[in-house]
Amino acid sequence: MIARLSIAAALLATAASALAATHNVAPGDDAQQALQEALILAEPGDEIVLAAGRYTLTDGLSLDVDNVTVRGAGMDGTVLDFTSQQGSGEGMLVTSDNVTLRDFALENPKGDGIKSKGADNIVYYRIRVTWTRGPHPENGAYGIYPVESTGVLVDGAKVTGASDAGIYVGQSNGITVRNSIAEANVAGIEIENSRNALVEHNVATRNTGGILVFDLPALPVMGGGNVIVANNLVVANDTPNFAPPGNIVAGVRRGTGILVMANDKVLIENNILSKNPTAPVMVIAYTQSFEDERYNPLPRDVVVGENLYDGGGYDPQLEGAEMLLGAFGGELPPVLWDGLGSLAAVEGTSGWSLNLSEQGKGLDGAQPGPLTVSAPSSEFDRSGIGAPAELDARLGG
Amino acid sequence: MRAGTALLAAASLALAASVAARAEFLQPSGVAEPVDDHAVLEGMPRLLSDFGFFENAPEQEPARGVTPYRLNTPLYSDGAEKLRFVYLSKGASMTAQGEGLLDIPVGGALIKTFAFGEGADRRLIETRVLLHRAEGWLALPYLWNAEQTEARLAIAGARVDLTTPKGEAISYRVPNKNQCKECHGLDGAVTPIGPKARNLAHDWLGEMVAAGRLDSVPAEADQLPVWEQRDSATLANAARAYLDVNCAHCHRPGATASNSGLDLRWEQKSPEALGIGKRPVAAGRGAGGHLFDIVPGAPDASILTYRMASSEPGVAMPELGKATVDDDGLDIVRRWIAEMAP
Repeated sequence: MIARLSIAAALLATAASALAATHNVAPGDDAQQALQEALILAEPGDEIVLAAGRYTLTDGLSLDVDNVTVRGAGMDGTVLDFTSQQGSGEGMLVTSDNVTLRDFALENPKGDGIKSKGADNIVYYRIRVTWTRGPHPENGAYGIYPVESTGVLVDGAKVTGASDAGIYVGQSNGITVRNSIAEANVAGIEIENSRNALVEHNVATRNTGGILVFDLPALPVMGGGNVIVANNLVVANDTPNFAPPGNIVAGVRRGTGILVMANDKVLIENNILSKNPTAPVMVIAYTQSFEDERYNPLPRDVVVGENLYDGGGYDPQLEGAEMLLGAFGGELPPVLWDGLGSLAAVEGTSGWSLNLSEQGKGLDGAQPGPLTVSAPSSEFDRSGIGAPAELDARLGG
Repeated sequence: MRAGTALLAAASLALAASVAARAEFLQPSGVAEPVDDHAVLEGMPRLLSDFGFFENAPEQEPARGVTPYRLNTPLYSDGAEKLRFVYLSKGASMTAQGEGLLDIPVGGALIKTFAFGEGADRRLIETRVLLHRAEGWLALPYLWNAEQTEARLAIAGARVDLTTPKGEAISYRVPNKNQCKECHGLDGAVTPIGPKARNLAHDWLGEMVAAGRLDSVPAEADQLPVWEQRDSATLANAARAYLDVNCAHCHRPGATASNSGLDLRWEQKSPEALGIGKRPVAAGRGAGGHLFDIVPGAPDASILTYRMASSEPGVAMPELGKATVDDDGLDIVRRWIAEMAP
């Protein structure tokens, strides 16, 4: 170990080189040390290459150098195994800008999988985070967890077993989550307190809820909106909620396809929704009471465009389910609105409304009835939505 | 190309080290060397002794210009004894900033050694240094050797098996360089945490002024209770001091846990920001089935105390630097919550 350290120090001493370097790391007994050293000693422009194999890690890893790529040999080839993790709140923490993480996996982190905080222009490409025992309340909360960042691209990722959200983007701006698979998490993909997010071409299945777009009170960043959820396959999200109580997603009903709570300007279109037994699409106000005066709890200007609905809420996890099913002829229409805020839907959208009159008062005042909303009055403004284009350029190679 | 250079550099460093070792051997002991200001200001010294912060490092006897201090309420670190020092270069002086951090000029340093065991059994585990350089603060961890003769830079951290004062056998974590920043990061830069005037004794500050090492003793100094005398402080002050020192380096705007919206700083007045009636955001299973960070009158239903009472990664708070539960700290915070009117 001492020899390693002196080499590390020597590398540091010669760190003046402007040439991008490649740091190769391989599995082995000193993987923790070697990998963390590489992450610390990397310089802007460098690439850390993780050879194929299983890395047994006892502590969380962290990266705090701008413009670094961490590249594995594929999401099934390079596996960072945190089953025996002893410390840290996540498997990997990134706190620097312009980082690319690609082609590796994390298994069984004790807390979150990869968290990037205040890490602008980050790319997660073909990253896998798996809790191998499947749904379990003691799994970590988030698999892929960028927060407080501007410029986030998640592409080709796969997350399974998160006890909160598989792919969670929070308090961020300029976001794309695409081509990814979220399976058997409480929430498959969640966009929270964020703006200008594009969620497209993903598969969300066997989660409790497939794709969630939330805005919550009392956070440093609020006012979520400008979100497009399009061309996703949202099927069979029927896993009973296994979130630890107390978390906001613990309130998500089993069988929710796409859920918008609070938020401003959200478009839901061209998705395929099948076998989401409570509600393929649900648009609601924040359900709790709150004291934050800056916070708007209502969904505003939410647009339900053309989607392919294979049935509706055939086994809703809702109070009075039997009565509701009876009233609607055995199956609830695909789109559920609580009646608060403003919603538009293309002609022919079949839905129902709780017709609530007040936010935060539960379902007591519900007067369920067919959905009667107008068609969108104008084209949805797509400008500025999605991750900055330059992040795409990093996916080559 | 760089790999080749690096190997060469490693070789020459190894050579330098062996020469240095011989030089140390030849040097007569007991000569008080001044602190090496160059080491404070530049480079990444491999050995703690390269700084010259100690006249006798194993005994933790400081060199000239290095002054020991204590905090009224300290950070809990698995019961480690912590030896704190501030170094100021020749003629340099700190500036008070109200109740906040003393402004230590460039060229200064904070040094903190973590030790376990009493008397002759005392074993130094690590010494962390915070160096104030022209480009900002730099945090580096140094790991003591088994012989207790030297501490080496451990940039990737380490784990050390040891027994805490309570008799718990733990795998003690020496943080890596990045983890230093997880606690010491504020608005993207590294900053000291401990030496705030409100958490320093009037007497010590007065001595520093008398020595010409501090401009003044601010009126807001010495507010936090002395931890060993917390029973004579109000429960609220003892608990709030504890939370400020143990939690607020992350749970505050601009720091690692800012996204939680929980702000546990001493100066925070908003009950919700302090967690009272506040719902968790990203707590995951750390919530322990509870709905709010703090439920007045009900410590058993509060997430804050649930996480303090855990040593399990993913649940335990703080996330770093804690392998065991601080029973005393937990007790104070529990009693404070219990005392709150529901």
